[in-house]
Amino acid sequence: MFAHDFVRDAYLAGTCIALACGVCGWFVVLRGQVFAGDALGHVAFVGAIAAAAVGVDERVGLFALTLVLACTMAGLGRRAQADDVTIGVVFSWILGLGVLCIALLSTSAGGGSGVATANTLFGSIFGLSASQAVLAAAVTLAVALCVIVARRPLLLATLDPEIAAVRGVPARLLGVAFLLLLAVLTAEGTQAVGALLLLGLLAAPAGAAHQLTVHPYRGLALSSALAVGATWAGLALSYAISALPPSSAIIGIAAASYVLAGLARRVRAGRAGRRGGTQLGLPAEAGPAAAGPAAAA
Amino acid sequence: MSTPSLSWDPIHDVHQLLAFPFMVNALEAGTIVAVLAAVVGWYMVLRRQTFAGHTLALMAFPGGAGAALAGLPGALGYYVSCGAAAVLMGRGRGHGTRGHGGESAAIGTVQTAGLALGFLFLSLYHGVLGGLESLLFGTFLGVSRGQVLTLLIVACVALVLIGVVGRPLLFATVDDQVARAHGVPVRALDIAFMLILGLAVAATSQITGALLVFALLVAPAAGAQALTARPALGLALSIAFAVLVVWLGLGIAYFSIYPVGFFTTTFAFALYLLARLAGAGVRRSRGARSGINGAPRREAGR
Repeated sequence: MFAHDFVRDAYLAGTCIALACGVCGWFVVLRGQVFAGDALGHVAFVGAIAAAAVGVDERVGLFALTLVLACTMAGLGRRAQADDVTIGVVFSWILGLGVLCIALLSTSAGGGSGVATANTLFGSIFGLSASQAVLAAAVTLAVALCVIVARRPLLLATLDPEIAAVRGVPARLLGVAFLLLLAVLTAEGTQAVGALLLLGLLAAPAGAAHQLTVHPYRGLALSSALAVGATWAGLALSYAISALPPSSAIIGIAAASYVLAGLARRVRAGRAGRRGGTQLGLPAEAGPAAAGPAAAA
Repeated sequence: MSTPSLSWDPIHDVHQLLAFPFMVNALEAGTIVAVLAAVVGWYMVLRRQTFAGHTLALMAFPGGAGAALAGLPGALGYYVSCGAAAVLMGRGRGHGTRGHGGESAAIGTVQTAGLALGFLFLSLYHGVLGGLESLLFGTFLGVSRGQVLTLLIVACVALVLIGVVGRPLLFATVDDQVARAHGVPVRALDIAFMLILGLAVAATSQITGALLVFALLVAPAAGAQALTARPALGLALSIAFAVLVVWLGLGIAYFSIYPVGFFTTTFAFALYLLARLAGAGVRRSRGARSGINGAPRREAGR
């Protein structure tokens, strides 16, 4: 299987993107920003189309619009975190602009090819060229490293903004920086593997890790391991079965890990409840909010 | 009357608008959908389930692809996939990791799993899925008489259901602990509301397309809630906003070469911005009059 160049490239880019998604996704789920990540993925496409309509390189438009949207969402919300209604309204309007750009492109001469190029930007993971794979791997690894370096202040700012403010941690700045990093990851990852796979790798492994452990570093490691594992297994499975698209296979495995994690958590909670004999109906785990600050401090 | 053109005579313009049956159908369908989306959207915004609404809208893709694979009508597949996703997300609400984060991870997982399933169906189907673009961006101007009737029936069912569960749903949304103590079945209401939302989204997206559902579902309701926290007034305002957005969008798109989706989303966005500005102004002047300087009262759902 590894005799083929395209499989090696897919594994290189896929591993790095999955690692970055696992790390970022853990924080995205903790901060409740999955919807923001989703909106960034959709908007990347509009950026590419708009750039094609104006006649600029698609990648420029893609990066520009995702970064601008990240700044807007950070600026509109309190604690640098837009609420779901603001995201929904802004992002539906940007999609409306995308419809306009498609109409402009398809009425102009030779515009159909612009839409086609924008589409090829959102390629399949098996269609990457060697240089694209190396670029995607480098950018996403850099994003993952930034988040890992900033993990302690980011954790504190997420879990307890008041204490973070007292300790002089710039919570708002961190929120903006995190959204910008997420935008870079989305813009690069969307070109390499598509918006669907990116959101799947952001949400499902991190959600599973949050259900299995409340310990931050164990959770981060588990989330990245699940994302990378799902990518490896999904790529192999999709290589073996030709009818199975790679993104469907990877997401299928990631979603299965999420469901299994939920079952495991429930079984464990039931056992703990029987042992403790409590009939309060409270979940046995205290949730990440209770355990986090101690670990962060 | 080959190409419609806007004149300074409004009566003539309206006459021009209604000259073709497809336009009458579009206006009727648009009005039905606007009323339904405004009412259901008001509850959705209050319950902060915008992400869930977006996910339900995207279930059009696996539904359509699955129905094509099984040889069933596309609308049936859509309603089935919407219903399944609604039940999954309704069950995920409340348990899972506590707080907002766990819920958004569950919704994100349902969404990507649904879309991945759609891609699998598409790859198994081997054919070209017709009307993918109309699935995403709506087919306003191709609404038939039968579709208008179906929409009317769906809207009536959904509105009657909302009327039945409306008061306990409001109670459960505003304070679920107290509601549970009063014997309100909060968990069942969660799932029931998701199913109603699924119905409304499936109907709305036939007009606006799966991607632009929010223009009618979120923006008018959010604008209304920025202006008032009172349920009856808010619902009425939300309906008025949504109907206005649809009529203006359809009317102007008729005279223009640009797509309807662009106009409806733009009007909805502008209305939302205006409502937020007006709401902030009203609160500030009220605060100044009563002598309270400082934090304005946070309204529910914002």
